[in-house]
Amino acid sequence: MSTYTSVTDADLERMLATIGVGTVEDLFAEIPAALRLGRPLALDDGLSEQEVYAELRALAARNASTEDEICFLGAGMYDSYVPALVDAIIMRSEFLTPYTPYQPEISQGGLQAMFEYQTAISELTGLPISNASVYELSSAVAGAGYVAKHAGSGRRFVVSRGVHPHAIETLRTLAHGYGMDVELAPLIDGRTELPALDDDVSAVIVSQPNFLGAVERLDSLSEQAHEAGALAICTCDPISLGLLKSPGEQGVDIAVGEGQTLGNRLDYGGPSFGFFAVTEALVRRLPGRIAGATRDVDGRRGFVLTLQTREQHIRREKATSNICTAQALNALAGIIYLSWLGRRGIVELAELLAQRTAYARERLTALPGVEALHEQPVVREFAVRLGAPVERVIARCRERGIHPGYALERTDPELAGGLLVAITEQRTRAQIDALADVLGEAVAAERAASAAGVAS
Amino acid sequence: MIVAEASYPEDLRYHADHDWARIDPAQPDEATFGITWYAQDTLGEVVFFEAPTVGSTVSKDEPYTEVESVKAVSDVIAPLSGEILAVNEALAASPETINEDPYGDGWLVRVKLTDPSEADGLMDAAAYEETLPAG
Amino acid sequence: MSAIERERWFTQAADDELTIFERSQAGRRAFVAPASGVPERPLDELLAPELRRAEGPRLPEVSEPEIVRHYNRLSKRNFDLDTGFYPLGSCTMKHNPKLHERVAALPGNARLHPLQEEVGAQGALELMWRLQRALGEIAGLPHVSLQPSAGSHGELAGVLLTRAYHEDRGEQRTQVLTPDTAHGTNPATVTMAGYEVVKVGTDAHGNVDLDDLRAKATEQVACLMLTNPSTLGLFEPGIAEIERIVHGVGATLYYDGANLNAIMGITRPGDMGFDIVHFNLHKSFTQPHGGGGPGAGPVAVADHIEPYLPRPQVVRRPCAHHAGNGTAADTYHLDYDRPKSIGRLRGFQGNYGVFVRAYAYIRSLGAAGLREASEVAVLNANYLLARLREEGVLEYLPAAYDRLAMHEFVLSGAPMKRELQIKTLDLAKRLLDHGVHPPTVYFPLIVDEALLVEPTETETRETLDRFALTLAAVLREARSDPEIARHAPYTTPVRRLDEARAARAPVLRQPL
Repeated sequence: MSTYTSVTDADLERMLATIGVGTVEDLFAEIPAALRLGRPLALDDGLSEQEVYAELRALAARNASTEDEICFLGAGMYDSYVPALVDAIIMRSEFLTPYTPYQPEISQGGLQAMFEYQTAISELTGLPISNASVYELSSAVAGAGYVAKHAGSGRRFVVSRGVHPHAIETLRTLAHGYGMDVELAPLIDGRTELPALDDDVSAVIVSQPNFLGAVERLDSLSEQAHEAGALAICTCDPISLGLLKSPGEQGVDIAVGEGQTLGNRLDYGGPSFGFFAVTEALVRRLPGRIAGATRDVDGRRGFVLTLQTREQHIRREKATSNICTAQALNALAGIIYLSWLGRRGIVELAELLAQRTAYARERLTALPGVEALHEQPVVREFAVRLGAPVERVIARCRERGIHPGYALERTDPELAGGLLVAITEQRTRAQIDALADVLGEAVAAERAASAAGVAS
Repeated sequence: MIVAEASYPEDLRYHADHDWARIDPAQPDEATFGITWYAQDTLGEVVFFEAPTVGSTVSKDEPYTEVESVKAVSDVIAPLSGEILAVNEALAASPETINEDPYGDGWLVRVKLTDPSEADGLMDAAAYEETLPAG
Repeated sequence: MSAIERERWFTQAADDELTIFERSQAGRRAFVAPASGVPERPLDELLAPELRRAEGPRLPEVSEPEIVRHYNRLSKRNFDLDTGFYPLGSCTMKHNPKLHERVAALPGNARLHPLQEEVGAQGALELMWRLQRALGEIAGLPHVSLQPSAGSHGELAGVLLTRAYHEDRGEQRTQVLTPDTAHGTNPATVTMAGYEVVKVGTDAHGNVDLDDLRAKATEQVACLMLTNPSTLGLFEPGIAEIERIVHGVGATLYYDGANLNAIMGITRPGDMGFDIVHFNLHKSFTQPHGGGGPGAGPVAVADHIEPYLPRPQVVRRPCAHHAGNGTAADTYHLDYDRPKSIGRLRGFQGNYGVFVRAYAYIRSLGAAGLREASEVAVLNANYLLARLREEGVLEYLPAAYDRLAMHEFVLSGAPMKRELQIKTLDLAKRLLDHGVHPPTVYFPLIVDEALLVEPTETETRETLDRFALTLAAVLREARSDPEIARHAPYTTPVRRLDEARAARAPVLRQPL
């Protein structure tokens, strides 16, 4: 008997007799001898539960989490507050352990939650139709590109440099496979400036706010796309949609985004979920699962996975994507969180973030050696330029218990000196003031060190 | 859904991929196309019909559109070649008409034939029925 | 159905389970924003009115107790693995160990930002590195990327890796071969990666038709995607010949790891000659399915494919100054310097929370435990098949192939349909009334009225016995009155649903 199995000697004897073989080994007779491993796997022996726990705890202790330092890191994932009711609900066996709801009669809980989630995303984005989740932001952008490729003509995507660098890279990887080119449009003073678009452009892809935290003129960008016969695709921060005009209102055809900040943990980057919403015209091209409402034979309302003929298990090589498993549990956390925030709460939270972000930018740009990277309106994140080596400044701040933000040169050498600072509802005024002090001193110390010609 | 009994009208010509053509007796260079009783029965209740564009070309033996049920997608094969003159617009709101009346109100497209003699290569009702699985 | 009719129909829904939106009452709330604490500026100054929405999104207005009660009540309308038997073929619904939730929730894991400096994420990077090594050993292929987020994502990685490999050698191949028994994700993936799908037939014994493969394996073929055991639950005895044919034309051999549960520690895809393998961590490695994800689909590859692996890769750098055995001083890093990499498949490092659970599982079982898991998975499947035979079930639902099963087996409901006038679908719906999740239905496509059964190793013998008796009972009932199964289920929260209506006139959100 092994961990989690239950075959006793008595069971084994009985089962082998029923099957009609002498040993378990006989059941593997069809595997040629030449292919047998013939030795144990070169892995350690199994451990007891408490030993495994001790090892995992020791590993986790070597990670500096947001409990160990005050975190102003953002760039796509945020130290948002996850309310306790989310954990309590998603830990329930009935949500945690079922499979994809292929038998809807016994899966109404999950299907209804998907339907509610789809409704909430539709409300946030201002687009009529949402799917039940995709993996995360970057692959969602690549998936949106795949929709655009099939929805129209054109061999090229025009992508703003304000789109998350991971998403741009993922789009390039997948576009190379499905045969589309990627052209980048620059950010001028923090905002996207599109080149002249010709009819070979399949879609224009931008972010709201963009990677440097700037709020874009989304309606103008959509208009330019449509004039060239291209689709307008936008990635959005979901909380900011409490305040910002929705993509649907501004002519966007496909809105995608990262859902982590909606009731999901950081988890070193995953699992979270991506949301994906489209116009009516694109519904048959939408990737991923979709839940729909219907009635049963007795007239009761119920929910089913619908429009399945788009999907891989039916349409196979002509499917709208290859998605099978998505992120249902994380999307459930998302709808619970959005219900908890509520209609007034999301507006209040978005306004709170905007106020604290403006305050933080003001405090930091007042420091010597720190200037704003752009002057555009910001809502939850902003970029500054430091007059000192960013990685060294970060190291100094971390020694004092604060992580000041993301070094932009990690993904763009042209942004050397850039620091991206994120604000969440957990970042209090006191913490922002502490950041200003610590950052100010770190920058000053680094500038003094290099002025003195000393490597610190 | 009313499922009629299997029927294969005598006045139609049949294609092995379960499509029929009705050549207009008054205008032998025009025909109406649809799918057979067997095709709609195998597919199940039709939920979506991808309407092709009027004016587009169809080629004998090639797919010109798709029909979808809940659990399946099926190419629809053109029994004859020609240009689409009309598409059954009523199917947008009621695609299940294809199941209820596959030879009448469930017609799919009306076509101007480029080569009416192609019809000689199609089967009559008896020959087509023989190609179907028994039972 | 017009939009107005749709809305009226929807709000006439029966009262049993309102949606969270229908429970809304203006003014109710759960979250209250803290005070900003900062000197506030007029909103118009921060954000010009034309940038702001006039009306906020119409999210629900409910209190915390209502939210908790709503989702608790919904949960009770869901069948789940912790509650009952779930023999879904091809899904490997094995027990989800509870320890895993505890370790995934450790703050060092759960609250770690993905862009944290490497020096502040050494525990996470080391865990990933060790998981990579363990998966590489299980697969028999040393180089692993954890980045893909699901099995089909791993498949996409595999086909893109294949493309990069051929392009690097100056070749432009156009086709990928998949068996006609393949899971739908295989052909869908092939198209997404820009190749044409070519199907290879299956012979009367349930194996890849070698003659068909020989005919189709040309130099236009980039890759053959295969599952072994196949989706029919059968081991491919000709795998050595398949490998020779595929490598003979310079194509790659790709292993879909969905059925890995049959062979862990017994044989390895790398030893069978596969170049690229993907794992489903939400199948053999116990990540809970969550009602449709999350999962993870890491890939393991041979030496000649390694240069193309996604970026970044987790690597170990031994410390220059060894202390004792040297391991304590090693450090772990994200390596971006990979000039031939296919690039990224997603943001950040992948579904780390899933890695934690899979790693805990591998550490709990160890080499012997993993092998035993596969042995018992195969034992349980064969035992269940034998019990079905004893109970007379196979007379109406014969095994599609008269061979030893591995960890799953496929039955055909064609005789049952002919003689008892109920279809596999009806059988499945009647099983719902018996409190058991039906096996996978109508897959693989090449078996008529297919029923794919995978018990997994974590079920007791009594559960398997009870399932065999239940199937026999449903068949007996159908012999006397087939109408019962045809209109089943009766006891579930809803009965059979009008899926045609849902597809024809889709209602995909609450009308508000």
